[in-house]
Amino acid sequence: MSDDAAVVAVVAGHGRFAEGLVSAVEQITGRGAAFATLSNSGLAPADIERELLARLDSSGARVIFTDLPAGSCTMAARRVQRARPDVVLVTGANVSALMEFLFAAVSPLDTPVGGLVDVAALAQSAAAKGRETLVASGGATS
Amino acid sequence: MSLLLHRIDDRLIHGQVVVGWGQPLGLRFIVLVDDDVAASDWEQELYRMGVPPDVEVYFHAVSDMASAIDHYDRDVRPGLLLVGSVDTMRRLVDVAPSIRSVNIGGVHHADGRVQRMRYVFLTADEERALRALEARGLAITAQDVPSTRPVSLADVLAGKPDA
Repeated sequence: MSDDAAVVAVVAGHGRFAEGLVSAVEQITGRGAAFATLSNSGLAPADIERELLARLDSSGARVIFTDLPAGSCTMAARRVQRARPDVVLVTGANVSALMEFLFAAVSPLDTPVGGLVDVAALAQSAAAKGRETLVASGGATS
Repeated sequence: MSLLLHRIDDRLIHGQVVVGWGQPLGLRFIVLVDDDVAASDWEQELYRMGVPPDVEVYFHAVSDMASAIDHYDRDVRPGLLLVGSVDTMRRLVDVAPSIRSVNIGGVHHADGRVQRMRYVFLTADEERALRALEARGLAITAQDVPSTRPVSLADVLAGKPDA
């Protein structure tokens, strides 16, 4: 992982959700640094919104992944979207969704594809991948 | 059934409320009392997006509640009343004296507030308001989610660590 790898998205959620997901991405791909993280722990709504904006502004990323659709990070992200309609929000994020987005958004040279592609479309694909990988199996009773 | 919890939570509708309390209580409605939210269609839509389709959300300004609280007290469905600040709860209790208990669910860091628990930060005015409510006979406890122990106001103000 290069230290100056560009951040392509912000991951935000309850407790250590974001840190945990991104640590899994790092272990699998070595590219965890492509995601900025935020925990809502101890933060008032206005603080969460401000911290999200700070991460978007400092990185140039405009995609936010969150955990619960009703979580405080999601609510803050929707407020961010009101002021910044170009920002894309993906709720219910999982590791597969993050990796799908990561590989679509970043070229092999760690250069964000940025304006060359539609990040909203990439986020849609990432959400679809995340849904696809959520599968229950087993549980035979006989 | 009626209103099972009267909660102060500066995040208003969020995961702890909808899932943490909503699931075990079988919540079917939330009464969100906030003057700013009651005056903004955009804010109301934002909070409506956060709840499952089988939970109704009703929005009111504090002044509405003098007449509206009886209706919710008599509702047969399990419900939760939610305000975003100690000050809103103080004003609400003045117009809705049937409220006899207050759950401090989350008052987070802001300028002028001192940390009392992991999720409770209070200004001196907020402390005084909570003490005054208790002196009027209301039961005041802090509890973020149902699986934790309710902490008495005395312990909150003494800065006792979380249960």
